[in-house]
Amino acid sequence: MRAKSWSDYQKDIADDRYYYARSCIRQNFFPGSEKAFLEILQRDLGKDIFDDPAHSSCTGIGYHSDVVPLETIMTVVARQFALMSEAGYENFVTSCITSFGIYTEILSTWEEFPETEERTRENLFKATGREFAKPKSLAHTSDVIFHFREEIAARAKRRLVDSMTGEPLKVVEHIGCHYAKIFPKSGIGGSEFPYVLAGMIESWGGECVDYPERRHCCGFGFRNYLVQANRGYSVANSQKKLESMAPYHPDFIVANCPGCSMFLDKWQYTIAEMNGRTYGANGYGIPVLTYEEMAGLVLGYDPWELGMQMHQVNVEPLLDRLGVEYDPSTKYLGRNGKFIGKPASAVVNCPSQEFIYDIKL
Amino acid sequence: MAKYFDMLMEDVRLREGLKACMNCGVCTGVCPAAEFYNYDPRQIVSIVQTRNDEAIEELLRSDTIWFCGECMSCRPRCPRGNTPGYVIQALRTLSQKTGLFVESEKGRQQLALKRTVGDNILQTGYCLVPRRIRPELHPEQGTVWRWIFDNHDEIYPRFSAAYNRSGAGALRRMDEGALEELRRIFDVSGGTEMFELIERHSDRKAREMGYDGATDEYMMRTFTENSGYEHE
Repeated sequence: MRAKSWSDYQKDIADDRYYYARSCIRQNFFPGSEKAFLEILQRDLGKDIFDDPAHSSCTGIGYHSDVVPLETIMTVVARQFALMSEAGYENFVTSCITSFGIYTEILSTWEEFPETEERTRENLFKATGREFAKPKSLAHTSDVIFHFREEIAARAKRRLVDSMTGEPLKVVEHIGCHYAKIFPKSGIGGSEFPYVLAGMIESWGGECVDYPERRHCCGFGFRNYLVQANRGYSVANSQKKLESMAPYHPDFIVANCPGCSMFLDKWQYTIAEMNGRTYGANGYGIPVLTYEEMAGLVLGYDPWELGMQMHQVNVEPLLDRLGVEYDPSTKYLGRNGKFIGKPASAVVNCPSQEFIYDIKL
Repeated sequence: MAKYFDMLMEDVRLREGLKACMNCGVCTGVCPAAEFYNYDPRQIVSIVQTRNDEAIEELLRSDTIWFCGECMSCRPRCPRGNTPGYVIQALRTLSQKTGLFVESEKGRQQLALKRTVGDNILQTGYCLVPRRIRPELHPEQGTVWRWIFDNHDEIYPRFSAAYNRSGAGALRRMDEGALEELRRIFDVSGGTEMFELIERHSDRKAREMGYDGATDEYMMRTFTENSGYEHE
């Protein structure tokens, strides 16, 4: 079934000349990942990718919170496509899974209900005087990294293995619902056997963990996180996944979607503060990486230049296993290299053993 | 007779999302909201399918239609090609257009969403920006977020030369011209009208509930009030 699914769910990804759309959540919580993505494409792989200051949010979080109407988000998306055409590009790449779902849904709706495309063209012209062409190809940024995974492997400074034993690291990959559940044909491997992250992990020497709740939602649920009263939904669904993966002892989680990356990190903090439960080795949390961070580590980027100090769950135990050399004193530096103080401690980063050692000292 | 059903059918998401439900319940089986709330998407699709306007109006007034997280896990699973998540989106849109959303606690939360995510979009060009993720409203963001929030002008420039400034890069300040285009898009495509509807009906309900209109105090009530709908 898996082999058949794989042959049914191939997807064309452009080789070069991309128009880049940023992500609200990724740039807030993982700005180093967006920087690394552009550096990998431009510097390491020599590709042309345009970072246009004129584009905006796709407004997808507003749409999925039901405050932004369908006709409005269609027109916002049409403006992004117009900017792409005006800049002379045809291959649209977005840094966000919510946005990727929005773009695939809107392109499909325009096909299915052509009157909605017509109306969008009128709205866009009336509001901005712009006209748009649909992209020749649409990809999520992880699709592009997947596309070049062997080129990255060829330039690798290290592989996803234990530096002492040479054993592959055990990796939980989390795809994010809107990557392929809305339109399975738009995602590499479809919604049953998504391969976009698994392909990177295998090419770079790691081993994927298969666990019962592998395809369950991270729990974002839009209004279920954004409104404080509803956050029980969000943490409960993350907890379900964490409980399900913990018996397989993953070395780290890698997520496709910026929201999932953030929630799987932050809810580990919350659960640990609430009831002391942690899910990683030796009482620590499980580090949660973006795929740009995973690719960056493979390519030898400095973890603090990748922005991994912005994670709530400390990544040092993983860096140590990978044999990454890092300077702890540069973790908490500001823009001019001055020390700006450290975050307060948290249960998820302070296993009880450390307290015992402290007492003995 | 079928006023609400006809209004729902004007939404392409309903036409795409509801073909013929056979009540198998697979959607409920995979639903993260059904896992947490006393909630059953199968029943919602089943009710809409009856075209019974009274029952649909009851849904539009209820908390039930606001439990879904729009993860769309139901979509690839339905053996009949329905999408309960799309049916929910159409119901929520109609509940706001008719003003019935203010009749439920979960529906009233739309004001908080409009005033956070909605206003962020028109004022900054983004759904969220660091300065508006205030730690006191987001304790779950943890100690590292507090550190980032307090040191934002030291941390973000390490990754983006354009932080809070014009030019290309993460969290750049959106040019006024781009923001103006966004606002005009909202004006011509119904976005502004939806925001105004949410404000107007919330104001009416707030007065009914004894507030002096849709004040910040009322908004904070919608943001925090939870009468408990979770499974026991």
